[in-house]
Amino acid sequence: MMKFVDEFRDPDKARALIRQIEVLLERIETVRERPLQIMEFCGGHTHTIFRYGLEQMLPEGIELVHGPGCPVCVLPMGRVDDCVALARRPEVIFTTFGDAMRVPGSKKSLLQAKADGADIRMVYSPLDALALARKHPEREVIFFALGFETTMPSTALTVLQAEREGIDNFSLFCNHITTVPTIKAILDSPDMQLDGFLAPGHVSMVVGERPFHFVARDYGKPIVITGFEPLDILQSLWMVVRQIAEGRCEVENQYARIVPEGGNRTGLDAVARVFELREFFEWRGLGSIDHSGVRMREAYARFDAERKFAVPNIKIADPKSCQCGEVLKGVIRPWECKVYGSQCTPETPMGALMVSSEGACAAYYHYGRISVEELKRRRAS
Amino acid sequence: MCLGIPGQIIEIIDEQQMLAKVDVSGVRRQVNIACIVDAQHPVTDCVGDWVLVHVGFAMSRIDEAEAAKTLALLEELGEVEEELRTMRASGGAP
Ligand code: SF4
Repeated sequence: MMKFVDEFRDPDKARALIRQIEVLLERIETVRERPLQIMEFCGGHTHTIFRYGLEQMLPEGIELVHGPGCPVCVLPMGRVDDCVALARRPEVIFTTFGDAMRVPGSKKSLLQAKADGADIRMVYSPLDALALARKHPEREVIFFALGFETTMPSTALTVLQAEREGIDNFSLFCNHITTVPTIKAILDSPDMQLDGFLAPGHVSMVVGERPFHFVARDYGKPIVITGFEPLDILQSLWMVVRQIAEGRCEVENQYARIVPEGGNRTGLDAVARVFELREFFEWRGLGSIDHSGVRMREAYARFDAERKFAVPNIKIADPKSCQCGEVLKGVIRPWECKVYGSQCTPETPMGALMVSSEGACAAYYHYGRISVEELKRRRAS
Repeated sequence: MCLGIPGQIIEIIDEQQMLAKVDVSGVRRQVNIACIVDAQHPVTDCVGDWVLVHVGFAMSRIDEAEAAKTLALLEELGEVEEELRTMRASGGAP
């Protein structure tokens, strides 16, 4: 299988793409005053960019802004507190993806709550949570549903399965969030200065191209649906810069090998049956964003942990010194946050972006020490 | 959670429920394939297909080359071990 692999890290291809980006940048007037700011929304992209040091390879005329696209990072403390409260009920088996175990709540993480005796189990799939409910009819199994549109079909299909089987001791604590309203909120913020976007590949695999059209149509920004390999990202950056150089703005699909134009019909149908938009949803670091989350429809109330149990619905404000919002919008770079690396580290995260390796601040902290110096130097010069 | 991992469908477990046995880097588990089944690809035709698996659901059909590339990438990002460990631990094995 190795023969397939060489092709996507071909350094000649990378160099050629970077050279082409340089040529295009020379044609763009504004680049003389300030670099183009391009946001990769998805935490998976952020991870690739840092792992392969793509940022250092790019010409000075481009700056990457690392977006909020890590669903674990943006989970507000209050929601974690709610999880802990649910998990402590004696009848409950609380199931979650492993990623969410370490996210700090205002008092504890799920990992600490488990150590204190709550029945919390890590699962790989919501189907495993449903299997636990089948196996333990005397207990209440709650699945902590989390993630962008990529994971929404899986939880929706699991609920539909529970309905078919008549399993009534299974419910979701639904914390799914949506990409499109969040991109819109970022575009609407007054200090926004982004010039283009890389759209998340796997979210697009589910929702298709259409939901991103407003970015080009209403806001005049190019957006390219992007795969996760280093060459995918370079190629997409080239596509964004090419649009700017040619005075175009549209949705382009670099990841067509995975992303069909219309998305995934079965997945979207299941999502539409089970979920509806919330008026707003609270994000760590970004505050409340209209329509940026979903809840379960009335018809599925019996599978909704929020309706079934009294969820405390705790609201905890982000700490004052946290500057995640500004980092997310590209107004400051991670290391310019006052608490970066001092009060806020991956071991003791204060803000959302330090929580998982897909968050911008944690990525800089893990991979970026050399590049931080380099980027500072570049910025100063 | 977000990235997905490639696997190959090796057997249909339940045609009605669209459940298949998928081999993901040697770990075999039950995966729901509803999202990749359609008129052109009935359930029984899926054996042998490579798919991208997200939290126990096949979300996209891919070719073998794409599967190899994706796996290599995930390995370099250090995300394969963790994924396979949770897959094994949560007992979705058919
Ligand atoms: S250093 Fe911490 S508080 Fe500051 S922006 Fe990054 S994650 Fe937020």
